[in-house]
Amino acid sequence: MKKIFAMVPALALAVVLLLSCAGCGGKTLTLNVYNWGEYISDGSEDSLNTVKAFEEWYQKEYGQKVRVNYDTFSSNEDLYAKLSSGAVSYDVIFPSDYMIARMVNENMLLPLDYGNIPNFEYITEDFRNLYYDPQNQFTVPYTYGVVGVIYNAKVVDENDANGWDLLWNENYSGNILQFNNPRDAFGTAMYKLGIDVNTNDKADWDAAQAELLRQRPLLKGMVMDEIYNMMASGEAAIGTYYAGDYFTMLDMVDEDNDIVDLRFYYPEPTNYYVDAMCIPSCCQNKELAEIFINYMLSEEPAVANAEFTYYASPNSVVLNSQQYAEDMGEDFMEIIYPPMDSFRNNYQAYAYQNLDAETLAYINELWEKVKIN
Amino acid sequence: MKRASRIYTALILLFLFAPIVILLVFSFNETKSLSVFSGFSMKWYRELFRDRDTLSAVRNTLVLAVISSLVSTVMGTAAAVGMHKLRSKWYRAALDTVTNIPMINPDIITGISLMLMFVFVGRFFGLATSLSFWTMLLAHITFCLPYVILQVLPKLRQMDPALPEAARDLGCTPLQAFFKAELPEILPGIITGMIMAFTLSLDDFVISYFTQGNGFQTLPIRIYSMTKKTVTPKMYALATIIFFVILTLLLISNLTDQDDGDKHKTKKVKSED
Repeated sequence: MKKIFAMVPALALAVVLLLSCAGCGGKTLTLNVYNWGEYISDGSEDSLNTVKAFEEWYQKEYGQKVRVNYDTFSSNEDLYAKLSSGAVSYDVIFPSDYMIARMVNENMLLPLDYGNIPNFEYITEDFRNLYYDPQNQFTVPYTYGVVGVIYNAKVVDENDANGWDLLWNENYSGNILQFNNPRDAFGTAMYKLGIDVNTNDKADWDAAQAELLRQRPLLKGMVMDEIYNMMASGEAAIGTYYAGDYFTMLDMVDEDNDIVDLRFYYPEPTNYYVDAMCIPSCCQNKELAEIFINYMLSEEPAVANAEFTYYASPNSVVLNSQQYAEDMGEDFMEIIYPPMDSFRNNYQAYAYQNLDAETLAYINELWEKVKIN
Repeated sequence: MKRASRIYTALILLFLFAPIVILLVFSFNETKSLSVFSGFSMKWYRELFRDRDTLSAVRNTLVLAVISSLVSTVMGTAAAVGMHKLRSKWYRAALDTVTNIPMINPDIITGISLMLMFVFVGRFFGLATSLSFWTMLLAHITFCLPYVILQVLPKLRQMDPALPEAARDLGCTPLQAFFKAELPEILPGIITGMIMAFTLSLDDFVISYFTQGNGFQTLPIRIYSMTKKTVTPKMYALATIIFFVILTLLLISNLTDQDDGDKHKTKKVKSED
């Protein structure tokens, strides 16, 4: 007992030493980055750690040390709550489209100096001036994605695998997964019924609710990230998620097994999203933040990030990269970059936009009823 | 009857440890699958030690837990000694209640109210960022304190009140009397309090989540934020390591505890002689 007590001062000393080293190393710039978890190439499985690569590149280029503090969040709402509390200071953030629209509205983003981001020229025309940033003053797109249906071909008949109807197919009762958040769940019903997902008409939302209530008895569950394990283990056979996530699931499936064979298709119409890099108004070093954004658009890090996240890249350098196409394989390229007449038109028509407060409250009310049923 | 109670114990152990065992086994899996074990591999342990951000989150969590448990132990012990010596029963009861509030309060309320206070104070002093490592440390000390007090107070009540008096009689200064006579008596309580504070700080999520500043992310928050994608098996490897470290610590502390217990017994026998 006494020995343990004697360890205490020693431990305290060790801690002080650890902490005091945080400030050593002379003039070091800091850049605070706030991104989704698992959303940047982090050096695992022999990939390039793009954050570390930036630090090294910056020192070589500008002769000054920079330390990137990289924190992670789990939802747009988390990010918004943290930033609007005014208690933290980040330099680069990665919100999704509808949250960007809201933040622009509330003056939470700084206009970018595109002179410091020459690599913005790599961003394909289709991904500029989208609804959340019509003059493209605040954002540099990072990834985009399309919602699709994932199914287990060992359970589901190929002939049934089309459109949103598969999620309402009674033959697969007890095998279907639905999103566990109102916007996405209502979205699936509205795309199925051909209703505009950004409508303010209550009757439309009622119709979508009726469709969800009809689907309720067929569901295995309402899930978010649990879907990965449930699909990969064969516990459920039908689910919807982003195309990139389908490949994350494939990674989790054992190659030689005879119960799970995951396939993927896009229903029509479907949901689109864009996540973009922005600079929040609490930024302490705007120029450094812009240099960071510019670096992430250059070929090596952009390819590494796209390969790591599995999401589609709006960056033409990535699209034209021979290495990227080779690393990811033909199947991947076909699914992740489906032929589209115009991404912009699909996106502007079917992506979720901010709803007014009254409609949001009404949806939540409807959603409660779906959940308890 | 005996068999039934054995089965019951076995069931309890099974429920408690089955999830940990599964996690442990799959941390050695070759692939990312959580349902099929395809082969033994140390891959995820290698990946873990290459992941700079996760390692720094581990370091942050440990630094925070060590400092906050030390500070709250010193503060809590001093507070318990003071509260024990209070004459007024009413005043003591009031103090008891007040110190217990952070313990009874739901974490989310403690977390939000601490955050609001830090932001308020930060604004008052015109700071650009009011949340930092220090606010998180203060928050952790706050919720650890009552647990330390709760462990130390009963030990003080159990102690023979004549003990420090005798020490004074024999020429000790009040300070000496405390360190030589009282402290050894209440030490088990202090240590338990410290260990509790350490574990509480180690796995706290809610309060840390609200009081976290930039650049100082703890492990629970980092794992929570992995839910956009799925939690990688590196985390199973990390959990396995943490599990074994805590297991050995517990074993060591239990073994030394037993030694202490034996000594006490022999002492008592002698004094009865």
